[in-house]
Amino acid sequence: MINKGVIAELRDGVKKAVKGDRPAKPPKLHLRGISKAFRSVNGDTTLALQDINVKIREGEFVCIVGPSGCGKTTLLNIVAGLDRSGCGEVLCNGKRVKGPGMDRIVMFQESVLFPWLNVRNNIEIGLKSRGLSKGARRQKALDFLKLVHLSKFANAHPHELSGGMKQRVALARSLAMEPEVLLMDEPFTALDAQTRWILHYELQSIWEKTGKTILFVTHNLREAVCLADRVIVLSSRPGRIKQEYHIDLPRPRDDSSVEVAALATEIMGILRGEIEKVMKEELDEGSCKECDVKCVGAATDGRKLPAPVSPHGK
Amino acid sequence: MKFGFYVGVVGIWELIALFHVWPPYILPSPVSVAQTLYYGFEDKSLLFGIGISMERLIIGYSIAIVLGVLLGLALGRVRYLEQSVGSAVLGLQTLPSITWLPAAILWFGLNQAAIIFVVFMGSFLSIAISTEAGVKHIPPLFIKNAGILGIKGWRLYWEVILPASLPSIITGMKLGWSFAWRSLMAGEMLFVNLGLGYLLQLGRDLNDMSLIFAVMVIIVAIGMIVDHLIFGLVEKAVKGRWGLLVEEH
Repeated sequence: MINKGVIAELRDGVKKAVKGDRPAKPPKLHLRGISKAFRSVNGDTTLALQDINVKIREGEFVCIVGPSGCGKTTLLNIVAGLDRSGCGEVLCNGKRVKGPGMDRIVMFQESVLFPWLNVRNNIEIGLKSRGLSKGARRQKALDFLKLVHLSKFANAHPHELSGGMKQRVALARSLAMEPEVLLMDEPFTALDAQTRWILHYELQSIWEKTGKTILFVTHNLREAVCLADRVIVLSSRPGRIKQEYHIDLPRPRDDSSVEVAALATEIMGILRGEIEKVMKEELDEGSCKECDVKCVGAATDGRKLPAPVSPHGK
Repeated sequence: MKFGFYVGVVGIWELIALFHVWPPYILPSPVSVAQTLYYGFEDKSLLFGIGISMERLIIGYSIAIVLGVLLGLALGRVRYLEQSVGSAVLGLQTLPSITWLPAAILWFGLNQAAIIFVVFMGSFLSIAISTEAGVKHIPPLFIKNAGILGIKGWRLYWEVILPASLPSIITGMKLGWSFAWRSLMAGEMLFVNLGLGYLLQLGRDLNDMSLIFAVMVIIVAIGMIVDHLIFGLVEKAVKGRWGLLVEEH
């Protein structure tokens, strides 16, 4: 409860600071006017993201949800430095993001463990980049394996683990890197419901223990409500911030609890219109090839393109 | 089952020899082949031949592994190299390596280096091609994730790209080994100077059919040992570790 008070104070502090001349402390992660356009094969420019502005406090858990193709993963990749934004910038700890860096570790839908290394070495290989000594690496790897309850599997190889265990190793590996921000791109989507349920619990408790700043992308609304302090809803393409929700439910939350379900349903109401839009666009484009140009033209018409559109788009 | 089959084959062979269906200078009996093997090992002439051949093979093959893997990594990672050198590699690969022998003799002279070069050319390109394929099939997420974990430069090659393509590299090494072994035998028979191939030619010159058979037995034995035992075990271990082994029933 004290924690909450502190957070509320911090929040007020940030608000006041923003109103003033300069913020006292920059937000952990600051997305400033992010836009991104893709050029398709036939030369059309599709706007994927439009003017995204998000400030994330230290220790905050933020989920981004939106209909498929709204650019959530693109947004995460831009934050990770794996993709470049057309315009706008990402600031991590006040420093401009120029490429991938160890201050922003990404967890993917797949665990991406290296099959030739055992679980412990999979964690250590990242720690090597941090310049830790052999003993320190080993100790740290074991500590974080303990955190995800996989101490017994330190010497196992990835192919001997289940999907859920692999994701836990990936989580341990990401946390062991001690990033400023943990970026999670639908990390639990490929898991079965039970495993996901357990990992939701674990992620919440680990987050409370470590106080990591987490940016989490998902299309699963219950997951978002269950995990996040704040849920950001993106619109269908081009992705814009449609709505933000502060989730104040007590933790640990259960993704099947009534409160979570009720909030998820509320957000679903907002999202439904967007999903219908996506479906309609997909169906219209798919139904006849002749009107292809017309449909796309109509969709892009009147859409404000951000200037300047990046020349380095592929 | 396997064992019984071979015992049967040798038994029939012995019977045919025993009844003098063909004279011994056409078909020696298994006993005489065994005797030749025994005396050959006793006076160390066969051992010497094996030693000489293996020395050439190991030198040429080792150089081929090192350069082949390096070329393969370069071809797999550098696009303009792939487009230029890659096509040349594929073209040259169709050339049986023994055809390099005349050129090699003129380049290096009538010595060890020429035959080592032929062995090298036998395995170098196939190792390079397999390595290239291995590098290209690395899941892009591996490379992406390595970048996120701060694995860059030499560490990226040594700790991620090389181990990730190891299963393919081993396939290439296995293929390269059999090419190298065949090239070596062909080379030694043409360019007569010690070695197992030379012993085969000697058998022909002396009309010693049992020596020819004995050397052939040795060639088969070495080939099988390396193919099945060494490569078989390594391949199984690597594929098991990499999680690529499909349960066989």
